[in-house]
Formats: sequence, C-alpha cells, structure tokens
Amino acid sequence: MKPDEVEDVEIRLLLEGVERIYGYDFRDYADASIKRRLTHWLAESEFETFSQAQSLLLRDRSVFESLLRGITVNVTEMFRDPAFFKALREQVVPFLKTYPFVKIWHAGCATGEEAYSMAILLNEEGMAGRYRMYATDINETVLQKAGEGVVSITEMQRFTRNYQKSGGSASFADYYTARYDRAILSSALKKDIVFAPHNLAVDGEFGEMNMVLCRNVMIYFKPTLKERCLRLFDSSLLPGGFLCLGLKESLEKRKMAERYEELAPGLRIYRKRYD
Amino acid sequence: MTRVFQAVVIGVSTGGVHALQKLLGQLPADFALPVLIVQHMRPDAGSGLAKLLDKCCALRVKEADELDEILPGTVYLAPPNYHLLVEREGFLSLSADPYVSFARPSADVLFESAAAVFGPNLIGVVLTGANFDGSLGLKTIKQNGGVAIVQDPADAEARQMPQAAIAATGVDYVVALDGMAALLQKLAPRRTTMPHDMRGRDA
Repeated sequence: MKPDEVEDVEIRLLLEGVERIYGYDFRDYADASIKRRLTHWLAESEFETFSQAQSLLLRDRSVFESLLRGITVNVTEMFRDPAFFKALREQVVPFLKTYPFVKIWHAGCATGEEAYSMAILLNEEGMAGRYRMYATDINETVLQKAGEGVVSITEMQRFTRNYQKSGGSASFADYYTARYDRAILSSALKKDIVFAPHNLAVDGEFGEMNMVLCRNVMIYFKPTLKERCLRLFDSSLLPGGFLCLGLKESLEKRKMAERYEELAPGLRIYRKRYD
Repeated sequence: MTRVFQAVVIGVSTGGVHALQKLLGQLPADFALPVLIVQHMRPDAGSGLAKLLDKCCALRVKEADELDEILPGTVYLAPPNYHLLVEREGFLSLSADPYVSFARPSADVLFESAAAVFGPNLIGVVLTGANFDGSLGLKTIKQNGGVAIVQDPADAEARQMPQAAIAATGVDYVVALDGMAALLQKLAPRRTTMPHDMRGRDA
C-alpha cells in the first residue's frame, strides 16, 4: 500500500469515529476538499499521522473542536460575484417589497460577509425592519465572529469595489468604523439578522421562507448530501420564494427543477412556482 | 507491468491563452486522455476562455462543472474563482477555499488531488507563468510515481513558473511548446486500449 492509500483509510476511520462520538457526520463531504482541509489541520497540529491524532481526538472534546473549526471554515467575501447582487437588487427585491415582512434563510453563512451584504442591499432598498434573516452555520466559532461583524480592514478595498460593481451607490465607508486593522460593521446592519447554529447534514428545515441563500456550501458535499440540502431548501420555501445558489451550482438535471424558474440565467437565482 | 496513463493535468498562467491555443490545437480528435487545466485568471473573468479554446481545438473543451464525469478526450478548464479537484469516483469537484499559491484556481490544488487519485498514471504539465504555482503539485505527482513535463523556460512567454517547477522536482521532460502535443500523444494510450474504468487505483 502507498502512503497515500494508508492516509485515505485513516481519514475514513477518523470520520467514522467523529460521527460515532460527536454526532458530526462528514462522511458525505466530497473527499478531495475534506482531505485537503484535514491534511492542513494535521500539519498545524502536534500529530504526525491521523491514526496518532485519533486516540486523543475521540477522547478530548477540545481536540475535536479544533478539528471542527479547521474543516468547516468556508471563506466568504462581501458582495462576492457583484453581478449576482446586482440581479438581486434589480430583479428580486421588487418582489420582496410586495410583502409586508419577509423571512430569509442564509444557510452556511460562515463569518457573515454575505449576510451583511444582503442587509446593506435590503436596507438601501428601504426594507430595514421589514425582514428577518436567519444566518446559520455548522461552525459556532465562525458564527460568533459573524455576530461581532468585524472584518479585516485590508479586505475593505476589495469589498468596496465589489459593492460598487453590484450597483451600490452609497458611500461604503458609512457602513463601518475603522479601528486599527479592523472594520467594525455598523450595528444598523445587525439588528435584522439572527445568527444560529444549524447542521445541513442532520438538522431540519426553516419554515415559510421567502428566500433561501446557500452559495458555495454544497460544492463541498457528495451528491446524497447535496440532494438532502436541496430538499430542505425546497420545503422551507414558500411558493413564489427565491432560491439563490453559487455560480457553479445549478438545479439542472434535478427533479425539483420543474418547480422552479431561473430568474437570472447563469446567476443561479431561482423562483419557486405557485402551482 | 507497463502503466496506462489516465489523465493529463496542466497548470499555466501568464501567456497561457496563446500557449493553450497552440498545445490543444495540436492534439488530435482521438486523443485518449482527459485533460484538466488550471489557467490563472481574474475572479470575474467569465467563461469565455473555454469557448475560445473549444473553437481552436479538435477535442471538446468545457468549463468544469461540479460533478462532471471525467471523460477521455475531453478538456476541462477550471472556472474562474474556484479550485478544481479530482474525486476518487472519477468526477470533478470545485472548492471556494482560500487562495493557494496566491491563486484560485490553483494548479497545486488540482495536481495534488489528481495525484492522490491517479497515482503513477498521471501526467503533470507546467507551462508559461510569472509565479510559482504548480511546482509543489508537480512534486507531489512525482512522489506518487507520475510523469512531470515542463515547458522549456527559454521557450516560455514567462519563465518563472517552468523554472520553479524544474527546481522543485526531478522533471522527466523539458520541452518547447511545439513538441509538447507530440510528446503527450506518444505517452497517451491508443484510444482502443483506453481503460473504461476511470476510478484510478481504488478500482
């Protein structure tokens, strides 16, 4: 056996153990990416091999938590894919404005950059106080960070450019206070967002949503888990509600596609039909 | 036992459009291996490059989608702003993980995941580029018993990436772009002998 194959076996055993002891199931995550993340975690840890890590990992919750932080961190940015946010502003928000109150589920929000981008967009469109956004993630450490609304100041230039390309016309600097190397997002953006833990592999739906966003999260899942997520989103959405996926994620070839129309081709904004 | 190559992975950056047009343009329609490519580009570059290359190439060129099955004689281009990876089951996956070697897509990510799946049956190619992405990945390909090909730095529009690859590992072939397609054809199996099973060593 090649060292690489030994490692593959070790990873399978480790994920099996993690599921049995801690109830977090990563066996339906796509192998290549989770292997990269696990290998990265191992390199930063005190352990030489996964077998060596396993013994402590299964007995000491703090070791497991460091692993969990390491393998569930998704990176996000504000107004990632400006064309997507432009389409949201121009083609989705007009529909949302026809409701007295809208509920939005942002699944896999990571450190919250996209949730805050949505809040900026909705507030600019006069919807402040007329929506609640449930921003969820499996990783409670990133959720805590998301709740703080603090972004590295060095990122702000890029985010500002994204914001402008997405059709934003206000002064982006008004949305945060610069403090040393950090940008603290304005509390007005936080008041309509609820950050909460949710595990797409095991937890249930969020009822009666007008919009579900889940971008670049399911790309890490195997087809079975992807299917589960889409069913979850489908049953969470009201008729006429919007489903927003990442630019490389599509409903094509999926059974539920017939219940949805793609609003902005290529930008993965789908609207659930009424019938 | 003679090995039967199962895939070609290519990493390329500055000067890549021209280099890929030339290389892919010289591959015949019956080239029997799948070709997976990371070309560095801006995050908002769109999918125009795949269309452009498809026009000048006898093989089918497409931008990679998640869960694409890896088929012989097809060229898959990593989408802008995503890493491209190979899954054990013989399909592709994408990731939005942080930049690796200052790039997303990163050739290192593609090469390392392909090496884990295809082992010795993989051909890694590093072409022109003004950075060092691909050299760590090429080293991994070599460690797994695969073959490493690098564009002759003197022939490359930007020589840093080929030079870094040559410095990183024992490269099997250093060739000018003009000879690259012929070399790949020599290494690739005839289409009739192409294994139908693309699942790599686990198969």
